[in-house]
Amino acid sequence: MQFVIDITELMEFTLFVVFSFVMLMCGLLVVVNRNPVASALCLAMCFGMVAGLFLLLEAFFLSVVQILVYAGAVMVLFLFIVMLLDLKVEKRRKIKLQGIFAGVIVTVFFFILCQQFAPLVDNAPMPHLTQRVNDVKSLGHLLYSEYMLPFLIVGLILLVATVGVVHVSRKEVKIK
Amino acid sequence: MTVTIGHYLLVSGLLFTIGLLGVILRRNILVIYMCLEIMLSAAALAFVAFAKFNDVLDGQIMVFFLITVAAAEVALGLAIIVAYYRLKQTTHIEDMNSMKF
Repeated sequence: MQFVIDITELMEFTLFVVFSFVMLMCGLLVVVNRNPVASALCLAMCFGMVAGLFLLLEAFFLSVVQILVYAGAVMVLFLFIVMLLDLKVEKRRKIKLQGIFAGVIVTVFFFILCQQFAPLVDNAPMPHLTQRVNDVKSLGHLLYSEYMLPFLIVGLILLVATVGVVHVSRKEVKIK
Repeated sequence: MTVTIGHYLLVSGLLFTIGLLGVILRRNILVIYMCLEIMLSAAALAFVAFAKFNDVLDGQIMVFFLITVAAAEVALGLAIIVAYYRLKQTTHIEDMNSMKF
């Protein structure tokens, strides 16, 4: 019988449980809440917890980017639109029983399908990343060498999205 | 207790399922959009978990691209929603039936 408990492993497990529990609860609250503002705030919390899980997975740069882009930019955009459109609390409309039935069936079957793949991965403890000394530097090296073309394409996508947003949201000007 | 990749995949699958449930159940198009973001986050979580499991950084690069594309998608989608709201004054998907055959 071994009485020595590895404190770091215990800590990691505890943090994992806390982060994933809060994340899943906030995700459920996004779905359940009738007020879009409350949904958006729960979504921000959910993204924060995802960033915490990224930290546990030693993806420090991604964790910071997740908070900056999602919890920062995307959430502000969502809240801005919700308040701009002045959305009221959603009125209760008659929910079709078959709709709920179909939704639950689809999601449950999807989850069962996911679980089919669980035995395929072996359940060994996760190794520590070997190139983790300088997260940003190694990511940058990979980004600018092996993934150069996708990186450029992503830049192009951002440009197209910007132009598209300006075009879509501009007022129609009548030409005489 | 050690955290294995199975735990991460379980959490990721659950999060994706919650997002899918929201997309199917909710009728407000903004909330549907939020649930789409949840699904993207679940995929990102699985990517990062596999990146650590295989001791490569490629998965993290994928998530980097995923976050970028998701940000572009949100901006564009919300612009479309605002343009539609200006036209019809609704965000309820059952009222959006002008393209219904």
